[in-house]
Amino acid sequence: MNVLFAVAPALPLGKAGKFVAAAYIVFVLVILIYVAIMAVRAQRLEGELTDLRRDVEAARQGPDRAEREPQESVL
Amino acid sequence: MSTTYGRGLRGLAIAAIVTIGAALALAFFYAPLDANQGFVQKIFYIHVPLAIVTLCGFVFGALTAVGYLRTGDRKWDMRSYVAIHMALIFGIAGLVTGSIWAKASWGHWWVWNEPTLVSYLIVLLLFCTYQPLRFSIEDPERQSRYASVFAVVAGAFVPLNFMAVRLAQQYVHPRVLTLTGGNLPGSMLLTFLVSLLGIALLYATLWKYEMAAKNARSQVRRLRRTLLGDDTMRPVGRSAAPS
Repeated sequence: MNVLFAVAPALPLGKAGKFVAAAYIVFVLVILIYVAIMAVRAQRLEGELTDLRRDVEAARQGPDRAEREPQESVL
Repeated sequence: MSTTYGRGLRGLAIAAIVTIGAALALAFFYAPLDANQGFVQKIFYIHVPLAIVTLCGFVFGALTAVGYLRTGDRKWDMRSYVAIHMALIFGIAGLVTGSIWAKASWGHWWVWNEPTLVSYLIVLLLFCTYQPLRFSIEDPERQSRYASVFAVVAGAFVPLNFMAVRLAQQYVHPRVLTLTGGNLPGSMLLTFLVSLLGIALLYATLWKYEMAAKNARSQVRRLRRTLLGDDTMRPVGRSAAPS
């Protein structure tokens, strides 16, 4: 297998540059895709939090209204 | 889960960005051109750290899985899951960058009779089965237990595999890092070590980031159950991720 090295001369800068750029771009792309997926998940979590806050407020208003309604009916 | 994974995340992220920036500057403006491979050798500074951090990530996943099997605490299972998930992402990046390097220096995208490449692929494919394994088990307790056993066994395979390749007779992959000092000149070694530190810091940052996100999601669901007695937020059907 060492023959591979013997027959593979160093590429000229013009050609080598494309390969080096491709390798570094792949790395950046993988990280960017991961961060994008995590951003979508964060957005979903924000939505869940908003829903939770709305539901908790609705649940809190429910008993208040229930307490008020019998008093109003007495009056 | 009372642990706060977001703590120190900003500092870690800044350290990762600064170190990776320094590694890029060193790779392109300080490290000399390789006598044999020329400019293509610059891929070494991204590919090898990615491969090393990937394998260390798998071992980290195995160690945290041991934590789950010892304690039964699900936070260890979550740590193991995220460690393996992150290592797989880094592994794919390492595989693609390695393939590009192989094409540039050997003229082939892949060389099947090269032990280092094939063993790395085997390890990666082995851990690719981790997610389907989790997904195939519905009961969360069993899912965590089986996945932890798998992570420990597969994690133990990583150093064994590494040693087996080192002991192999035929090499085509250059051995630049050895216990006797290696074949790298000082400037290249410094650049490589800074790159390795940068990639390791990036792994740690993203691991903490994902742990913080999963922890936040789990807390929101627990809060919903506590405040509203609501169980509708359960994932529909099966999920590979620990709940």
